[in-house]
Order: sequence, then structure tokens, then C-alpha cells
Amino acid sequence: MSAATEEGTRWVGQGVLRKEDPELVTGQARYIDDLTLPGMVWMTVVRSPHAHARIGKVDLSGALARPGVVAAFSGEDLASELAAGLPCAWPIPTTHWPEPFDSDPRMPTHWPLARDKARFAGDGVAVVIADSREHARDAAEFVVVDYEPLDPALDLEEAAADGAPVVHEDLGNNRCYTWSLSGGEPEQVFLEAPVLVHERYVHPRLVPNAIEPRGVLVQPVASQGEFTIWSATQIPHILRTTLALTLGIAESKLRVIAPDVGGGFGSKLNVYAEEVLCLAVARKLGTPVKWIEDRSEAYVATIHGRGVIQDIELAATEEGKLRAVRVKLLADMGAYYQLVTPGIPLLGAFLYGGVYDIEAYHFECTGVLTNRTPTDAYRGAGRPEATYAIERAMDALAHRVGKDPAEIRRLNYIAPFDEPHQIAAGLQLDSGNFVAQLDRALEMVGYDELRKQQHARRESHDAKQLGIGLSSYIEMCGLAPSQVLAALNYVAGGWDAAVVRCHPTGKVTVVTGTSPHGQGHVTTWAQITADRLGITPDDVDVLHGDTAVSPLGMDTYGSRSLSVGGVALWHATGKILDKAKTIAAHELEVSEEDLEWRDGAFRVKGAPDKAKTVPEIAFSAWTAHALPEGVEPGLEATSVWDPPNFTFPSGTHVCVVEVDTETGATEIVRYVAVDDCGEVINPMIVDGQVHGGIAQGIAEAMYEEAVYDEAGNLVTNSMLSYRVPSAAELPHYETDRTVTPSTTNPMGVKGIGEAGTIASPPAVVNAVADALIPLGVTSVEKPVTPERVWRAIRNAKEAT
Amino acid sequence: MKAISVTVNGQQREAEVEPRQLLVYFLREQLGLTGTNVGCDTSTCGSCTVLVDGRSVKSCTLLAVQADGAEVTTIEGLGSDGELHPLQRAFHEQHGLQCGFCTPGMIMAALSLIEEHGVLDDETIRAGLEGNLCRCTGYQNIVAAIRDASVELAGARS
Repeated sequence: MSAATEEGTRWVGQGVLRKEDPELVTGQARYIDDLTLPGMVWMTVVRSPHAHARIGKVDLSGALARPGVVAAFSGEDLASELAAGLPCAWPIPTTHWPEPFDSDPRMPTHWPLARDKARFAGDGVAVVIADSREHARDAAEFVVVDYEPLDPALDLEEAAADGAPVVHEDLGNNRCYTWSLSGGEPEQVFLEAPVLVHERYVHPRLVPNAIEPRGVLVQPVASQGEFTIWSATQIPHILRTTLALTLGIAESKLRVIAPDVGGGFGSKLNVYAEEVLCLAVARKLGTPVKWIEDRSEAYVATIHGRGVIQDIELAATEEGKLRAVRVKLLADMGAYYQLVTPGIPLLGAFLYGGVYDIEAYHFECTGVLTNRTPTDAYRGAGRPEATYAIERAMDALAHRVGKDPAEIRRLNYIAPFDEPHQIAAGLQLDSGNFVAQLDRALEMVGYDELRKQQHARRESHDAKQLGIGLSSYIEMCGLAPSQVLAALNYVAGGWDAAVVRCHPTGKVTVVTGTSPHGQGHVTTWAQITADRLGITPDDVDVLHGDTAVSPLGMDTYGSRSLSVGGVALWHATGKILDKAKTIAAHELEVSEEDLEWRDGAFRVKGAPDKAKTVPEIAFSAWTAHALPEGVEPGLEATSVWDPPNFTFPSGTHVCVVEVDTETGATEIVRYVAVDDCGEVINPMIVDGQVHGGIAQGIAEAMYEEAVYDEAGNLVTNSMLSYRVPSAAELPHYETDRTVTPSTTNPMGVKGIGEAGTIASPPAVVNAVADALIPLGVTSVEKPVTPERVWRAIRNAKEAT
Repeated sequence: MKAISVTVNGQQREAEVEPRQLLVYFLREQLGLTGTNVGCDTSTCGSCTVLVDGRSVKSCTLLAVQADGAEVTTIEGLGSDGELHPLQRAFHEQHGLQCGFCTPGMIMAALSLIEEHGVLDDETIRAGLEGNLCRCTGYQNIVAAIRDASVELAGARS
């Protein structure tokens, strides 16, 4: 343990205002579309209007004759530029985990431009390069492609069946894998248990809609064979490695920069066709190439989230004590594998037992290819689906055994623990106190009083019925132990890195391997560094998102940045302190044992005025005039942290709704969130993450759904038809926290980026379902639009 | 091409524009004022909101030629002498932004709301922001920032 743990905190735990903000509120930020290079040309992608069609001749001559056009290429034209197809870093085999698997994962071929067939409406078939955005776009209209339309595989269950149109003929059918996992004796428990609940939930596809669309700019240095790639990405490091492999360019010749990035939510955690295409075209033409996604293009060209059908079964006692959970999924992969497409359901695979103490567990997921936009990570990725299923099913169990939803949860929670706790699904949770979160949430919302109000409205047959929905969640995040990721067949590691460079002037530069795009790492990392080194956040600059500056990094996704990258920083500052202590002892002419770290300096025990600060040591380490023997000049350290386990944030949310039973309209009247992300560095930023997460979850529960027509066209294909909620639709959130430090890392931190999105959908839908109980409604599906609710009420009336 | 004259952030700018040029691209690409962002192609998201003759306008809904003779204020035109405008400061102090992409449009829309209604309550702010989308913040801190700034900017007047 290094020296700094002896000291309390001054900046950690404070709502320090963000260092990032001044440039963002004044318009001085530099997002991808703000960047321009001399001689730059623009790329437009010509996309298939058909969900499934054989590609005949691609005639580019019309486009090439248009004003300003520099070049145009079909998929075949660019074939020789590529060393490999678009990468999937998480190939999932058919296996009963963790047993070894016999056959290799089935991998759909994925070229950045389709060659033989277009496999979804939006699949790229050609690119047009011109001297302006407008010329490129105009000319793209003149590319003529001979399509032979084929029947598409659209419906998830139909696509999984034999005889469906096959998306990738070489794979024989659309079933990519079936991956399962068991714990205990689920079959036995299901035979014995007197109470069985079986529920089926459908998760529509969601469109991520980061407000900044994607974009890429590539600058070639032809004489050196070097390229600089700016991309609106969450993953500059992973992008560099995968671009090197895809295009056969040495990694050392590629510099990837994530400039200011306007939100991601998983949609920029990917390696996209356009990134590969811009680089391929820039290499071919020897000129800078830029591509900026249109919003409507993003609806088909950027990954979708969710797209899962779940069958979940609970086995319980007559009192409602849960004993086993069994779940079977069909997961929509879309037409190809993107970076981690097949692995997304596995991020939820261990969590369908929720926060409950169960003895047996079975999970099974079949991944299915369809003629639709590929799915991949969208905020929460696998865990919102798991939480939704178990939390909706717990309400069904409560109803079945005649218990209150709060009581059924209280009865079944895993008891509080602060040492790692093994669950039936096989994971070791780091720490948790679920009942405390429930108690606090119920207290904040005034649960008993609300139930009384609800009862009164039911008695009076009020047209506006009150519903109260609970959701208790746990998530695994902070990806994480490289060995566990290997066991899950994930290709990359789960570590992250930090460099701490103490300048002779007393200022400090931190270089992080994480790549923030709104999460405030610059501020949070400065707070951590300030406390560790006895300086202020203003003394600290944080660099990120540029592979030339930060060669080591695994980027930002899965609520991992603080619990992996932040902890790497903690360790790097520890190395600084270790070295500084050696130099301080030498300069103060005492032994290291005679020094203590107190009030931001190494002080001689019993003589605290004899002290050395880190800035003082940084100066003497730089002059190197009188360093102890064997100590190198300079004060700089690097640390790479590979956590021993995931982290497990948890919490309970309560949503209170008023449902107009005449129109089906739902209004959220209260929303209470109690989350536990372990130790908190900046409560202001944590609350902001919770707010945004809840908003996205409410959007999922009430508003958003990707709807396709029978030909496989996305009908909700713009911000006009797909309803991203505004301030007018969203409620005020009441937030609080419990703090149960993680046992996975020395800072006790867990992560908060996805919690709100994981917790809120079942809280909202449970609330709507609760409001409809007196009307005999037994099932509602998300999104709980007025029409859906109205139909559910009408159907229930007709049934009676 | 058509010649236009627009006063942008107090400076008169003369330019030749294509008739189909949108105001937002005129600001961004011809004048280099990239603080105004483009987040959609359906005039839905509001990231490109600017003031035209003092009223908030989505600059993707106007052709540059339509702005001929107008006064346009963009995010770069707020604040002075290195000091943040009260709205910019309120967004900073209330953590009313995360990625920052929607922020310039939010601030310009809020400025127009305060001009129109004075000190704002939450309901007016939320209704008034219906045309400005944010995917990061869940809006709560944006509402708080605008409420605070409205008191500072309009409190004395009411």
C-alpha cells in the first residue's frame, strides 16, 4: 500500500465544477464536423433501399460525370484495399459455459461495402467522393445499382426458424449461436416448486440518437505511409488496432484522435464501415477525406440497441420466496456482427436473478441474424434487458402470491454483504446492501401514503388511476478482468492505463487511456490527482482521446472508466508518491519510515514543519542535482490496472404514474432513484449521469421504438417519426445514494454511467401495470404509449 | 450565387452564397462560427438554434439568403471580455451540460425564452424547450440553469 492512503480527502467527494465546460458553453469545442483540412474531399455512402437484395451491376458513370466528383467506388472496387472484413471482437460460440466449445463461432462476413448482397435497408453499396458535401450528396443520386430483391428475414422468431430467408448463405441458417449457463439444479427446483411464473417480454429495437451524428476525417501523409484519423468515437485505441488489421497498415503508422465527441451511449463504441472506407479512400487518393453522417442516415447506419424476446420463468414457494430463475432469449443480431454484437446478451446473462437470493439458475440465448441494421451496445447493453425481465417478473410473482411489490423484494433480497458473495449464476458480487436502498427509496417516495391514495382512487373508480412501480437492480460493469473476458471469448483485455507527469513548475499532466465524451473525466481525474498529490484540480491537466498522446488505453464504455482507468490513475499517483517519498527522505536527511503523508506533504513525524511537497520534489527530481543513489531524474509514472473482478453497482428506483384510463396517457408524477455506485468522486457528475440514464430509460419505457414495415424499411427513420423525448415529456428526478464500497479496487468505486438506464424501464412499466390492475389488465408492453395502454384497457374490458 | 449582408454577432458580413445554402452552413462553413451545431436533418433537435433579430430560430430552417439584412447572434456572440454570459455561467454552475453538443442551441433558445417571459418557472422552461433535444442530461440541470439565469437576467426587470 502506498503512502497516500494515510491522508484524508479534500477534493474527492466535492461537486467540483467541470473543467471541460468553458469551451463547451462558448462554442469553442471542436467536434468532428468542425474540422477542416486543406484539399479535403467529402465522401457519401450510397445505401441499399432494399432489406435483402442480390447486387448486380453497380454503375458509377452517372455519378462520375457530376460536378465536383473526384472518384466513386463500389464494394468490388475497394476489395483489394482490405486485408480483412469489419472486425467483431466478441465471437460467441455455441456452448454451455464455461465448458470448452468444439466448433468455431459462426461468423458472418462483413465488408464495409456489400459486394454480393445487400443485407439491410441502409447497407452501403458504393461511395462517391467529391469536392464538397453537397456535390458528393448530389452525385450519389446518380449511382445506378441493379438489385434483385429477395425475401427478407425480419421477424425474429421467423428468422430463427428453418425455411426462413437466409441472411448469410454460407452459414446455412440465421441461428448464429446458442450460449447457455447454469447454476445449481434448476430443473429439479422447477419440478418441486409450488408456484411457477412464466412471462414473456419483447424489447423493441432502440435507436441510440447521440445528438452529434458520427463522422470521420482522415489525413494521409502519403510519403510516410502515415495516417491521422479523427473520428467521433468512444474507442480511439481499439479503433487504431482494428483499422490496422482491417487495412493492413502498421499500427505505428496510424494515429487516431477522438476530438470533442457529442455523446455516445454505446453507438460510438464500434468500428464502422465509414471509418474503414475513409481510410481506404484517403490511402487510394492521397488526399484528406471526410464523412459526416446525416441524422436520418444514422437511423439505419449506426447500430441499434435491444431487440430481444425473453421467456422468463420463476420458481417460488407459496409465500413468494424465489428459488430459481430460468430464462430463454432470442436476440436480434441484425444483418452482420459489428464490434461486440453477439456478446451483448452475455452482459446480462448472469443477472436475470437480479438482487435475489436464489439457489438455481439457467440462462440460454440464441443469436439470430435478420435483414435489419446490426445491433450492438446501447447504454446498459444486456443489463437493462435482464433487469427488465426479472423486475417485471417479480411484480408478476407478487401479484400471484398476493404480496406487495416492496414486500416480495424485501423477502428475497440477498442479505447485506461487504465481502465478495457468490451467486447462483456463478459471479462473485463485490458488495451490496439492497434492503437499505429499498428502505431509503420507499421513505423518500412516501410509499405507505401513496398506497393509501391509490386505494382511494381505485375505490372511487377515478378516471386517473395511480400506479407505483419498483425496480431493484444490480449490474456488472467496469469491464474488467482480462482473464474472465478471455473465458467469455472476448478478444481484447479489460485493463486501462494512466500516466502521471509531474512538471518542474509543480503542475501535473495526467494522460488517461479512457476516452470521455461527456462524462467529465477531466474534472474527476483532476480531483483524484489533486488529493493524491497534495495539489489542486487547477494544477492538473488531463489528456485523452489521442493514441499519439496516450498509447495505452482501452477507452470508455460499460461504466468502466472510473473503476478501471480511474483506479489506474490511483496506482500511478501511488508510484509518484513512492518515488517522491524516497527523494523527500533523502533531502530531509531522515529515513522513509520517519516520514508521514499529512496535509499534502511528506512531513517528519514529530516535526511537521520539516516537510516536502510533491511540487518541490518534482523540481528537485528535474534538476537532479542531489538525488539519492540509484534514483532516476524526473517524476513520472505509468500504471496499467487490470481489475480482479467486475464491479456491481445497484439500487432501487420508484416510479409513480397517473394513467388516464380513458385516453391511455401516462404521466410520471414522481421519480425516486436510490443508487449505490460505491465511493463517489464528484456527486454533481454522478447525479448528472443518473439523470441522463433515467431519461434514456424512461424514453425506452414510454416513447421509443424502431418500427419496420413488411419490406424491412425502418418506418421510424428520423427524429420526426422516432420520439426522442424533450424536457416537456420528462419528469423531475429525486435522487439519493447509499455507499457500499466496492471490494474490487482500492478506491471502492463502482461506476454510474448506465445505472439509470438499467433501473428505470421496469420501474416505469411496473408502475403503469400497477395502475391498470383494477381494470383487469394483465400485460402491457413497452413502450407504454397511450395507444398501447388504451388497447390493453379495451382488451381487458372485452374479455370480461 | 447571391450576395447577402448579415450582421453576425455585431459584425457586418458580406458574402456570396448559393441560393440553397442553409443559414447554419453559412455560419459554420463560410464564417467559421462552428459553435452552432447540426444534430439532425429534420429541424427537430434544436442544436443549431441562433437568434435572428432577437428571436430564437433553428438555423437549419432558414436559407442564408433569407437572413439578408438580419441581425444574427450565435453562441460565440455571448459573453464579453472573457467573461461568461449569465446563461453560460449558469449551465456551468448547474452542470447543465455533459457532451456539450446541444448546449449552444439550448443556451440560445433559453435566451429567447427569458427575453420573452422574464423570470421563468420550470413548467415554462420545459414547454419552451420542447424543440431542443439533449440526450445526456435528462434536462433537470438544464432547467435549473435556465431558472437561475432568468432570475439574474430578468429579475431586476420584474
